Amino acid sequence: MEIGSATLPTQALHRGRGSFGWRALLLVTAGLIAVPVLVIIASLFLGFSPVWQHLLDTVLQDYVVNSLLMMLGVGVGTLLLGVSAAWLTAMCEFPGRRVFNWALLLPMAMPAYIIAYTYTGMLDFSGPLQSALRAQFGWGYGDYYFPEIRSLGGAVCMLSLVLYPYVYLLVRVAFTEQSTAVLEASRSLGKGPWQTLFLVALPMARPAIVAGISLALMETLADFGTVDYFGVSVFTTGIFRTWYGLGELQTAAQLAAFLLLFVFVLFTLEQYSRRRLRFHHSGARQRPGRIVLQGWRGWCAAALALAIVSAGFLLPATQLASWASDRFGATDPTVFLGLVGSSFTLAAIASACCLLIALLLGYGKRLHPGPLEQQAARVSSMGYAVPGTVIAVGVLIPFAWMDNRVDALMREHFDISTGLLLSGTLVALVFAYVVRFLAVSLQSVESGLARIRPSIDESARSLGKRPLQVLQRIHLPMLRGSLITALLLVFVDVLKELPTTLILRPFNFNTLAVRTYELASDERLADAALPALAIVLIGLLPVILMTRTHSQGRA
Amino acid sequence: MRFTRPALRRFTSSLFVIVTAAMTAATTAYADAVNVYSARQEALIKPMLDRFTEETGIEVNLITGDGDALLTRLRSEGRNSPADVLLTVDAGRLYRAEEAGVLQPIESDYLEEHIPANLRDSDGNWFGLSVRARVIAYAKDRVDPAELSTYEALTDEQWRGRICVRSSGNIYNQSLVASMLSTQGEAATQAWTQGLVANFARPPQGGDRDQIKALAAGQCDIALVNSYYYGAMLQSDDPEEQAAAAEVSVFFPNQDGRGTHINVSGAGVTQSAKNVEEARALIEFLAGAEAQRWYAEANNEYPAITGVAPSALLESWGNFKADSVDVTELGRLNAQAVMAMDRAHWK
Repeated sequence: MEIGSATLPTQALHRGRGSFGWRALLLVTAGLIAVPVLVIIASLFLGFSPVWQHLLDTVLQDYVVNSLLMMLGVGVGTLLLGVSAAWLTAMCEFPGRRVFNWALLLPMAMPAYIIAYTYTGMLDFSGPLQSALRAQFGWGYGDYYFPEIRSLGGAVCMLSLVLYPYVYLLVRVAFTEQSTAVLEASRSLGKGPWQTLFLVALPMARPAIVAGISLALMETLADFGTVDYFGVSVFTTGIFRTWYGLGELQTAAQLAAFLLLFVFVLFTLEQYSRRRLRFHHSGARQRPGRIVLQGWRGWCAAALALAIVSAGFLLPATQLASWASDRFGATDPTVFLGLVGSSFTLAAIASACCLLIALLLGYGKRLHPGPLEQQAARVSSMGYAVPGTVIAVGVLIPFAWMDNRVDALMREHFDISTGLLLSGTLVALVFAYVVRFLAVSLQSVESGLARIRPSIDESARSLGKRPLQVLQRIHLPMLRGSLITALLLVFVDVLKELPTTLILRPFNFNTLAVRTYELASDERLADAALPALAIVLIGLLPVILMTRTHSQGRA
Repeated sequence: MRFTRPALRRFTSSLFVIVTAAMTAATTAYADAVNVYSARQEALIKPMLDRFTEETGIEVNLITGDGDALLTRLRSEGRNSPADVLLTVDAGRLYRAEEAGVLQPIESDYLEEHIPANLRDSDGNWFGLSVRARVIAYAKDRVDPAELSTYEALTDEQWRGRICVRSSGNIYNQSLVASMLSTQGEAATQAWTQGLVANFARPPQGGDRDQIKALAAGQCDIALVNSYYYGAMLQSDDPEEQAAAAEVSVFFPNQDGRGTHINVSGAGVTQSAKNVEEARALIEFLAGAEAQRWYAEANNEYPAITGVAPSALLESWGNFKADSVDVTELGRLNAQAVMAMDRAHWK
């Protein structure tokens, strides 16, 4: 890690032919993607209704405090789970490591509200475990202590279990790409493996850790299903209560705008705090020698990894499978395959779009590291912290406005009604996914780019290569891991996505997540199990596929 | 993974095909059809829509979603909205849609004759199609139904720490409180919500089925639930749900007074509707005898029209007197109800 001045001696190389094109493209794209977020923020200028006084007097304090507690809890939870899992699989050798390498990603495929439903089914007061305890010991209500699953703590556990893979994935890539030389230098200076972890590897992986936790926290802030089911009053539930209950869409949008501003400030502060730090290394990239964990240490490591995978995936998936097996006969296979097909296609298109745009923004920012580009990238990734329904409204309003304007113009001049051109089509839906999930691919691409020394760009550019050629020949191959991660994360996110899909989809268009949610929200958990399980299984395909290409590339 | 040019070109061209297909699909779907925005979920409406198509030959296109979100979509799409019918699962949303000016009045002798006046809009902007009752469920072994009387009595000392109910974010809790506001006034309603919260056995959580399970497990003794959830549990394939429901019975409160609180699911024709005739036909079909029986059989809801008997299961719970308050009132007072619950710290 070099710590020093941020000026690069050869920055002049970054300018030149084609530079205007990159900048313009970057700013226009970022501007378009920022529209829904800006629509929400614009609500702040529309005046404040008297409902605000009511919120301030009664519930707002609860919303804020509980949201902060959730963030703290999920931040610590995903940090502990994600970093320890990444350290073990990337840097150590222990029994079953190769399997855990990808198995630790499995919880990612589990939608948070589904894991919440399944654990509630198992651990609730009326669930099988507590009922068995009561029957065994003759206890009644209030005779014994059992942690309440439907609580803030429970929600933190559920979200940490499904969100730690963000940290794990990004940090693992960072660990494996860290130069062995640096780590060996640390060891040869007499530091043990633990000290090397805390003094060298972790500080060097900071961009990846921050990126992973940022994603987890933004997802936490946007979560509605879990907290609603558990009866925890957080900011998101407040937004929906204000909208649905009080019928105040504008006030709800204003609440969402404050949420956005909060996230914006948080990330600006974080970036500011590491503004002088560089995280690329100068040593040769070699496959790091793993620390071999002998005997009981190895088994402890395996047990820890197994515990994480079981809690985040195996247990709830088994429960889902047992529910689903009861209902398997009642399912119409053609309808079901249709759901699988539409979910898969949508996720594939959206993840590819997100990746292309993330590359454009991430690389553009590297070419022109100006403040405008910085902010453009940041604003266009704010959508991740906003509940899907709110983003959907932010997409709905400008699209419908534009369509209606075009329609009005065409009627006026040509007497033709064009109707709604893009509203209510898959175009609007995919756009909304990009707005919502760009942060995921961007974080991944950026933390990958941050690990590539600028001197590499400079040598290539000084050999006369254009920026696009440098990107294609040098960065893309080096970024492979990060790109795959970006694609994978968005794919799974879209597969699980519900509220945006629900409100923006065309007629007669269904996905697995929609089906799961409709059944689960009617409290028909057993019927919801099959589509939920299908989401998990389809989510697994790319996880397995990509981890395999991933590890082959590294061997 | 390599980003070769042919691969990129193939990707772009396939994306183009999909995009064009989606766009054309969206613009051609509307002829000779009726387009429905439904807050009622697909499983609980699609079978009847399919029957309608069978009988009339009119195709039905469907989008389901949350009522307020659909309403926002309808509003921003404006006069070009493809929607002909808005279906919701509570009167409050219909009231809001009417206030927002996205519904149009329709005239139908059949609907006006068969749907009681308090279950529809007086101008014909919307019509209630099925009725849900919010009842008191109680644990048979610990509560004698003679102890139960009214919603108001739930604040009595004897129920301290014995009541389960879900979060105040739930629309049916909101409309119950709104009905209180309408009949008892603001001060009494505020006192009632506070008294009720003081009697909670646990912080509000889960759905209505969870309240019934908590009753069966002994966590509380009475709960406020919608009648159809209890019915669904009695008829569930899941033996655990059945067993839980078997420990529980339901009581219709306020029989000597204004009657048990009800809400409706309902529908209206949109302002932008291009297929008004088809839309009217669909609503009349959904208010017809066949559909009304289906609501009762498939989801244990009470029929909205007079002259159709409820299902055998519903019959077995006995007839009850329903609150005759105009359901429009529930929509009008919804926001006030939420505020009262906020002030009472009903989570």
